[in-house]
Amino acid sequence: MSVEHAPEGLSGRTPGQQHATAYDEATRARLDADAAQIVARYPQERSALLPLLHLVQSVDGYVSPRGIAFCAQTLGLTTAEVSAVATFYTQYKRHPNGDYTVGVCINTLCAVMGGDAIWEELSEHLGCGHDETTEDGSITLERIECNAACDYAPVMMVNWEFFDNQTPDSAREVVDRLRAGEPVAPSRGADQVVTFKEMSRVLAGFPDGRADEGVAAGGPTLEGLRVAKGNGWTAPPFPGDGDASGAPAASGDVPPRVGAEQSSAQRPVTTSGDVSPEGQKTKQASDDAKES
Amino acid sequence: MATTLTPVLSAAWDAPKAWTLQAYEAAGGYRGLRRALGMQQADVVTMVKDSGLRGRGGAGFPTGMKWGFLPPDDGKPRYLVVNADESEPGTCKDIPLMMASPQHLIEGVAITSYAINCHHAFIYVRGEVVHVYRRLLKAVEEAYAKGYLGKNILGSGYDLEVTVHAGAGAYICGEETALLDSLEGLRGQPRLKPPFPAVAGLYARPTVVNNVESVASVPGIVVGGADWFKQMGTERSAGHGLFSLSGHVKRPGQYEAPLGITLRELLEMAGGIREGHELKFWTPGGSSTPIFTAEHLDVPLDYESVGAAGSMLGTRALQVFDETTSVVRAVTRWIEFYKHESCGKCTPCREGTYWLAQVLQRLERGQGTSEDIDLLLDLCDNILGRAFCALGDGATSPVTSAIQYFREEFEAGTHTPADVLFPPERSSLFSYTPRRGAALAGAH
Repeated sequence: MSVEHAPEGLSGRTPGQQHATAYDEATRARLDADAAQIVARYPQERSALLPLLHLVQSVDGYVSPRGIAFCAQTLGLTTAEVSAVATFYTQYKRHPNGDYTVGVCINTLCAVMGGDAIWEELSEHLGCGHDETTEDGSITLERIECNAACDYAPVMMVNWEFFDNQTPDSAREVVDRLRAGEPVAPSRGADQVVTFKEMSRVLAGFPDGRADEGVAAGGPTLEGLRVAKGNGWTAPPFPGDGDASGAPAASGDVPPRVGAEQSSAQRPVTTSGDVSPEGQKTKQASDDAKES
Repeated sequence: MATTLTPVLSAAWDAPKAWTLQAYEAAGGYRGLRRALGMQQADVVTMVKDSGLRGRGGAGFPTGMKWGFLPPDDGKPRYLVVNADESEPGTCKDIPLMMASPQHLIEGVAITSYAINCHHAFIYVRGEVVHVYRRLLKAVEEAYAKGYLGKNILGSGYDLEVTVHAGAGAYICGEETALLDSLEGLRGQPRLKPPFPAVAGLYARPTVVNNVESVASVPGIVVGGADWFKQMGTERSAGHGLFSLSGHVKRPGQYEAPLGITLRELLEMAGGIREGHELKFWTPGGSSTPIFTAEHLDVPLDYESVGAAGSMLGTRALQVFDETTSVVRAVTRWIEFYKHESCGKCTPCREGTYWLAQVLQRLERGQGTSEDIDLLLDLCDNILGRAFCALGDGATSPVTSAIQYFREEFEAGTHTPADVLFPPERSSLFSYTPRRGAALAGAH
């Protein structure tokens, strides 16, 4: 992490001294409250580090020196330990990111299907290379690796939302609209791409209420199902399915008792393993199950 | 046609708002959990063992056996960690599954956790899919509200807490021990094994790490029984699996079929190779599995048959390339990926992928030397079996297999650039005029 981004007020420390964090009081209080929620999700607090770094990016737009100090102080780590982690993962930015990370997949399949051409187009159009940001601070361009949407190649991600089946023209239009401040909708995702900071807050585990926006699936995701339905192909029916259909959904609010009719009537032949001590062990209290 | 599709996980992906709990229940969801909670925990494990379900994340290890490796319960915590870090090039099945039907995974998590007596499960999803993370958070919230998670689930007395954790961009975290280190807030580097996670995993406690599709397959097995599952697939590769077709095929996408289906059959369903072109090479299970050619069209896509034919079933990520594609370009790009994603922990992988990329890049530019093919093979020989984890091994697969089937293209790399032999605009799915000279760059 270079020092030129260090905000005013951040000072070095002497042995035993707490890190200065340089957040104003209100911001710091908000961060502390969020951090407490994050830490509470895990049996051991260090597990909170990755979401905390996302949280820092949601405030500073990158992993700032003061953000590193905040994580270190929150988790009782040194800043070196936090930096070691932050520099390992590509989503943590080491200098201020644009409002929108535009990533063009240049892994083999997308590259061959046209991703290289899209990259060339955007790189020239924006005047940016990999991990560089436009002068207006709106877009950080990235060459990204496979993002698990190969059936939609070539793929582009904007703040980690899917833009499927792109062309150089469609990709250029997207970045132009982003730079003009217009709302842009991904192919599969929220109704509108949110900013880098907003997205980072979601990745820290704080929902933004957009989960129900967008489609369940795009065309290729449903292609096999479409073929199966067209041909009348199905998986083998569950044994005795005729009786059971609909009932579970309707009885959703009425928990069945253990050992009731749905328990084990149709399980396969039992083996000696079924009567092992492990199998008969009663459940332990969940309070005991947690490490402090 | 011999084999037909068997939608199970994908059967309700086209329902309105398929991702909601309501839609999932309407499609019969959570029957498996109700049944499981009425069974002895060991019986659930036995049922999954009997089903023959093997890990759907690539390695194919029997899922029930993995559960069975946990030591006897000592009353202290044991964990389920779901590997949702889908990042293997070509692999694109878990992400659409979690986007369209996250409850399928949540129900599987609840049943699996019950079976192994775990009270806190984690789903580690890669951070580069924000909408999938939103859907998972929502799915967990809905499941808690309906009593499928939390205290005293469905009145059974069984408690389970689920945490969905977003990664931050690192392919290596798909390796299960690197994933555990990452989940503990460390750099995601693999651990020495043994001890295996079953003995000392998350927080050094007994841990099961399972792939998304494996866990999502569990509810169906519990509802239908082991014999139902075994009606699909082959004797040793049982059940249904998502086959992901991508590349130069007319209708790429997710095709859920019994293991053992062939690429020829799948291609027929997908409309074949794009018009006017023919199959050149393909991966059966992602970039870490040795490539196949047209001679392998009839290899049954099950663990044993693909292995016998010299590759691996992997994640059933069928990346299909036609005759316009340069093998050298394809392999070079894959190796740049491995070089970028090597965690740096072990020398064979860290240095080996670096040198593989150097040599391949000059072959792609048409500036290779006559010794380069032997040099590549020698490098692979020094990585395979010597790297700390499977990442290094996987990196050698595309190189050695491509040289095996297309040696002449690597030889041509000593005098002619790949983009002259195979102009990239012929491979792309849209027409454009390449900017010559600017193109051949990995910014890695």
